Amino acid sequence: MLGVSVVVFAILRLVPGDPIAMMLPPGATEETRQNLERLYGMDKPLIEQYFIWLRDVLHLDFGMSTQFRLPVMEVIFNRLPVTLELVLLASIIALTLSFALSVLAVWIQRDGATLIIDGASGLTQAIPDFLWALIFIFFVTLYAPSIPISGRYDPRTAQDFITGFYLIEALITLRLGTFAELLRHAILPAFALALPLAASITRLLKSALEEAMSEDYAILARTKGKSRIAIILGEALRNALIPVIALTSVQLAFLIGGTVLIERLFSLPGIGSTAITAVVNRDLPLIQGVVLVFAALFIAINLISNGLYRLADPRLGKTDE
Amino acid sequence: MKKITGMILGASLSAGMAAADDSTLAIAYNVSLPSWDATVGPSAVNPTIQSIYKSVFDQYIDQNPDLSFRPGLLTEWGWNEDGSKIRMVVREGALWHNGDPVTASDIVWSLERAGKEETGNPIQFLWSTIGNFTIDGNVIEADVLRYDPTIFKWMAFLTAYVLPKDYYESVGAEGFEKNPVGSGPYMVDEYVANSFARLKRFDGYWGPKPEFETVIFKFVPDASARVAEVETGASDITLEIPYEEYDRLAAKDGLEGVTTPVSDIGMIFINDVGVMEDSNVRKAAAHAINKNLIIERLLRGYGVRIDTLQAPQYSAFNPDTLVAYDPDLAKKLLAASGYSEENPVKFKIQTTRGFKPKDYEIIQVIAGMWKRVGIEAEIEVYEIAKHFDLRARDELAPAAFYNWGNSIGDPSTSTGFAMFGPSPHSTWDTEDLDAMIGPLWGEKDESRRIDGFKAVDAYIAENAMVIPLLQFVQPIVFREGLSVTPHVANFLLPQNVVSQ
Repeated sequence: MLGVSVVVFAILRLVPGDPIAMMLPPGATEETRQNLERLYGMDKPLIEQYFIWLRDVLHLDFGMSTQFRLPVMEVIFNRLPVTLELVLLASIIALTLSFALSVLAVWIQRDGATLIIDGASGLTQAIPDFLWALIFIFFVTLYAPSIPISGRYDPRTAQDFITGFYLIEALITLRLGTFAELLRHAILPAFALALPLAASITRLLKSALEEAMSEDYAILARTKGKSRIAIILGEALRNALIPVIALTSVQLAFLIGGTVLIERLFSLPGIGSTAITAVVNRDLPLIQGVVLVFAALFIAINLISNGLYRLADPRLGKTDE
Repeated sequence: MKKITGMILGASLSAGMAAADDSTLAIAYNVSLPSWDATVGPSAVNPTIQSIYKSVFDQYIDQNPDLSFRPGLLTEWGWNEDGSKIRMVVREGALWHNGDPVTASDIVWSLERAGKEETGNPIQFLWSTIGNFTIDGNVIEADVLRYDPTIFKWMAFLTAYVLPKDYYESVGAEGFEKNPVGSGPYMVDEYVANSFARLKRFDGYWGPKPEFETVIFKFVPDASARVAEVETGASDITLEIPYEEYDRLAAKDGLEGVTTPVSDIGMIFINDVGVMEDSNVRKAAAHAINKNLIIERLLRGYGVRIDTLQAPQYSAFNPDTLVAYDPDLAKKLLAASGYSEENPVKFKIQTTRGFKPKDYEIIQVIAGMWKRVGIEAEIEVYEIAKHFDLRARDELAPAAFYNWGNSIGDPSTSTGFAMFGPSPHSTWDTEDLDAMIGPLWGEKDESRRIDGFKAVDAYIAENAMVIPLLQFVQPIVFREGLSVTPHVANFLLPQNVVSQ
């Protein structure tokens, strides 16, 4: 994290794009510029600026967002639930689709069906998430104008939530009408994010399942009269999970990165769209905060996936005796 | 699951009517609003979000859609005879959204706050030119500490919003961001950053009552998503879309469109370095550009040719100052400096791509036109942030495309700041031009000041110190049944939208 903080701090100050210059209106004088630099602490040497920032970060003070004029952490934590819910929903969609298609392909063992599933997943994987988003927007415009393409909920309605996790909160509190409304708004961005991931997992899981089905234990189970679907679900699937967990954890990191464009296209107030406006407006404290939070999320995903490996294969947690 | 699926379908059916509610106006807006304090920080000088600010807050002085000035929270304003004092009369009967009356002390507090360095108002240099305020009832007087002939025009421009003194001081800056209070026609009902702002009509507003009870600014930065918003009926109105899409949508059943030239121009900054110190090269570059062709072919006719930094609606516009399209003259000028098609003069031109309509394509076409007369321009694409950075350091390439907004239409805020050497926005820095512009900053005779700027513009045009290209046109598309009054200052104000 310390390395990330140094790199992001240095890069933001080395790339062209002076935030003070962007703030200068017509008629501003050199004095105005110096005054604003002083006000935003940019008049000090770079090294000093870094250590001031680092000292504050260690005290959990990430500074004030220059564009939102609120503490950076408040801005980030208000938006993070939107992104996490979107990623969670996309992951559920991706995993459901990929597990269903992979199991189906290995179960039915028909060349035609396999070809269709392979072809569809290849095509889906080749189209990036933001392009899926544009395709969905185009599709909705032509054929389904009632599906919303912007926002988290209908802005005509007032919403009352305690947490920022609206979907989860609505579900837990059994506000099913609200849940449906939120889901309706989230479905297109979640599918746009999910499809490329679903395709990757489908291809990997299908080949892992095929390999597992050719193992001795699977052949033995077959000779004992167990049905093919029972062997897939009961035995092969668990063995095929390890590479899937590895791929999913790596892809999840990309999924979070993918929210940057998806949130912008669907006007979702998450951390991704916030990151774009922060970059465009050279809101340096906010960009630094967002990058650190992304880095922390990636580390958390890696730790979780390590735990999942051990759950899927308990041998990984044991030392050689 | 069946229940939820049913609810989703039910909700979908009702969503199609989202924008058809007669009391609500949904605007698919092109930028997001980051901050509610319209007087400090980067948002305060962002022209694209002023429409939202103007819906919630009042300015000291307001503007009509044609850029002319009209009373805002001030009903009278002016200098004394020798220009040493100003006098302002505050509107009676205006209320803040929390029900408190707008008073002269709110006006004075807002002006004094704007003039203090520590508040971070980017226009502080201007607001600090007046001080020592005195209040007598609803009449305010102040000393002119440094005469600026445009101070009252600036009172209708960036950061010139009046905030409630008592409320702001009681809740603080962060409290104000979360619960902003203004005195404008609409008050903030709900705001979700990067998503939407829902405004409710303020029934205590002193001015004409807006028609729509609720206004929703949906922040939809992607142009294709904005097109989809208005095409599906999810929003009633949108703006800043490609001209091709405008033509298609405006011709579609159920939608209408309106376009208007706005106070935003496209220009090529000339930096007085290298080959640009040769006036023949500069003049040739200016005469070789067929602006009308660019407007007709690239912008589908949506643009107005300009030859100075003044658009036709600006106070110093002079229709007689023209720079002719004359490629033969361009060739002769270049030949006089030893250049030809075979031996072209070479320089770099910088441009944004996608920041303004067809910006990169315009520069590509210009580079093609230049090539035919003996100019070889290398195009460099950069981000707008880099442009600001380079311009502030006076390190722009010899030629750089940019757009310049000037919603108060004063020549000091176009020609003045863009061309006066000491200004951090200027890339041209020569003594002859500075000597012409310098005395105009403090000129008290308005007609002499305007005539002075007209003469400066003619001198600049004659010597090709900048290449003005065109005035941009704002396309607005809206659902049938609405009537939209466009604003030359490029505002899309919900109070200017009514049902037919």
